[in-house]
Amino acid sequence: MKTQTSRRTLLKKGLGSAAAAIFLRAKTARSHNIKRYPNSCGVLVDMTRCIGCRSCEAACNAEQKLPSPALPFDDRSLFAQGRHGSKRRTDENHFTVINRYDPPEIDHPLFRKIQCNHCQEPACLSSCFVNAYTKTPEGAVIYNPDVCVGCRTCMIACPFYIPAFRYSSALHPQIVKCQFCYETRLKNNLLPACVEACPQEALLFGKREKLIKIARHRIRNDRDRYVDHIYGEYEAGGTSWLYLSSVEFDQVGFDTTIPHEPILNSVKNFLAMVPMVLTIWPPLFAGFHLLAARRARAEKTRQENNREKADEDV
Amino acid sequence: MKMFNPENVHLPVSGSKKNDGSPWSFQDKVLLGLTPRQYLSQLCRNRVNWLLVLIFGVGIPLIVQRYFYGLAAVTHGSNDYPWGLFLGFGLFGMVPLSASGFLLGTTVTLFGRKDFHPIERLALLNGLLGYFFAVVYLLVDLGMPWRLAYPMFVSLGPAAVLFLVAWHVATYLSVQIAELLPALFEWLNRPAWKHYIAKISLGLTIAGIILSTLHQGALGALFTYAPTKIHPLWLSTDFQWIHFLCSAVFGGLSMVIISSFLISRYASWRCGKEFSSTLHDITLGLGKGASYAVFTYLVIKIVAIAHDNEWEYLLTAWGGYFLLEIAIGVVIPLILFARGVRRGSVTTVRWAAAIAVIGIIWNRLNVAIYCFNYQLYQEVPHWKEVWLTVTLYALYFIVYRFIVYRLPIVFTWNKQSRKP
Repeated sequence: MKTQTSRRTLLKKGLGSAAAAIFLRAKTARSHNIKRYPNSCGVLVDMTRCIGCRSCEAACNAEQKLPSPALPFDDRSLFAQGRHGSKRRTDENHFTVINRYDPPEIDHPLFRKIQCNHCQEPACLSSCFVNAYTKTPEGAVIYNPDVCVGCRTCMIACPFYIPAFRYSSALHPQIVKCQFCYETRLKNNLLPACVEACPQEALLFGKREKLIKIARHRIRNDRDRYVDHIYGEYEAGGTSWLYLSSVEFDQVGFDTTIPHEPILNSVKNFLAMVPMVLTIWPPLFAGFHLLAARRARAEKTRQENNREKADEDV
Repeated sequence: MKMFNPENVHLPVSGSKKNDGSPWSFQDKVLLGLTPRQYLSQLCRNRVNWLLVLIFGVGIPLIVQRYFYGLAAVTHGSNDYPWGLFLGFGLFGMVPLSASGFLLGTTVTLFGRKDFHPIERLALLNGLLGYFFAVVYLLVDLGMPWRLAYPMFVSLGPAAVLFLVAWHVATYLSVQIAELLPALFEWLNRPAWKHYIAKISLGLTIAGIILSTLHQGALGALFTYAPTKIHPLWLSTDFQWIHFLCSAVFGGLSMVIISSFLISRYASWRCGKEFSSTLHDITLGLGKGASYAVFTYLVIKIVAIAHDNEWEYLLTAWGGYFLLEIAIGVVIPLILFARGVRRGSVTTVRWAAAIAVIGIIWNRLNVAIYCFNYQLYQEVPHWKEVWLTVTLYALYFIVYRFIVYRLPIVFTWNKQSRKP
């Protein structure tokens, strides 16, 4: 039976597939959005309030039972230290670090606290091939040393240079980083140790969405005090820790080139290609083989024919 | 080895039986048909071995130190540069040079280019050992090497690029072992076992192409996790995987050109008639293939700069360094390959291959170490890290030599005794 495409079926099918296309596109677009964690907590760091007393460093050291440092926490000569001409960074014995900056346009120093920013879409988590990282509903990005292989890809992936490795240990060399005091405090509705210790209220703990509103409010009410930028609102897809500053962020050690989308987005091109190669390569190369084999067979038959012909001629 | 050939008419061992029809024992086959005393004396007389002893004399204590006192004892243990020479050279440098296995497998088995058959096994061996030693480097570099199988069986993170690398390298190693088993079976005098491998060789070859495409690409894609850390000229988030794949094509071919040259030059006693007589044409053929790949690579590198609109970077100091890498590592091999192939000069093609191999390693070290953290300080590896890297490479050399001397890689195994 001959099938005919009437105008009606054409329209129906066309509309149907158009609708399907729209529906599908909407779906993929949605999956690219950052996951919303309505209960995600965070900390707003107001650098205009920080006096560099390092109480947070001391509190973190005690809470995480880290070895006591060579210099006491009230020793401020430490701010001049730093290896390779760069500022101090997090390492296996320091989950949080305060650094001093002296921007030329203001007459006083600014202090920047660094620790894990607990990203919304953590690069460490998405790069880990053993799922050692978890983003908890409270917003903490925590690490499980029991499955870690020690490949250190998370350290490559973290745009903030936070995860450190315990290189000195032969048997238990694990990744170390701020865990947002998840096991000891956050889970039990307690404030993180550093926040609790801050005498200046420079650290404000709360729901991330609320913190953004508070930060906006502070900027709006005191335009001379703040630059109009909440660092961490969009950087690397958004972080749980947010910063306010009185000078441009690149002057106080922040990387302002970090894209406003999750790090994972730059890897997605490759990840999308994988299933295509897995499915297209086998038939493609099997096809090449059949073509090559057929040509070889044809060549062989031709030669045989020629030989027979030559035999007949003789 | 050369000096024993005139003394003993049965040497070298290239079949299951001696010329007079009596079988070689297993010990004979391991000792290359020499007596233990003769074998030792030729080992001691070889100056390359003196150098190896020196490397291992310092290197083995360093390996012990690494496993007893941790990575910090032999490297700088940098938190800013988590990946050093073990991965920069051992993984990212060795794997592209090992693409030879899948390339020649495809050429011979899939496309039916039987004229490349004499070098197929060498290419497969070069691939297998390169991958195997990339894993050895990894075992030294991983914090907890005893957990190597965790991503396979214990805790899976299938959305990570490294997960792909782990699985593909593991499966591809098995594929390459299967592809080389016929050589081992012949050597063990069990030719009947080859039958099973022959049946699946087409499947193995296609599996090899898939796995190679994906993990050569995945090694490049690993760096797209660090879009803010690597200098933009060395990182194209859209094309990094295809840059790595395409450069692996000429890297693998160049490595086989070099390796076959070294074997024909320094182990000529081992080369079979078929291998020696066809090597000239095969080298030119490989050079031709490599020149296409180098040219493609040059074009896609330029496309990446245009795609990301990074022309202005070329005028900076980093741009100068980038152009230097392209000039030495890509353009010079391209010219030499093309000239060598057109004039039929094997020497030129071999020079091109040597420069291309250095160019690939240089590129991988740039991406992994030198241009990584380009806004921070430069990391200079600890001397112990360099020495350990060399030690592992020396081990690779010894295993490579051990197998080429014994298994039918560059010669054909005689099942019957030879006529005197």
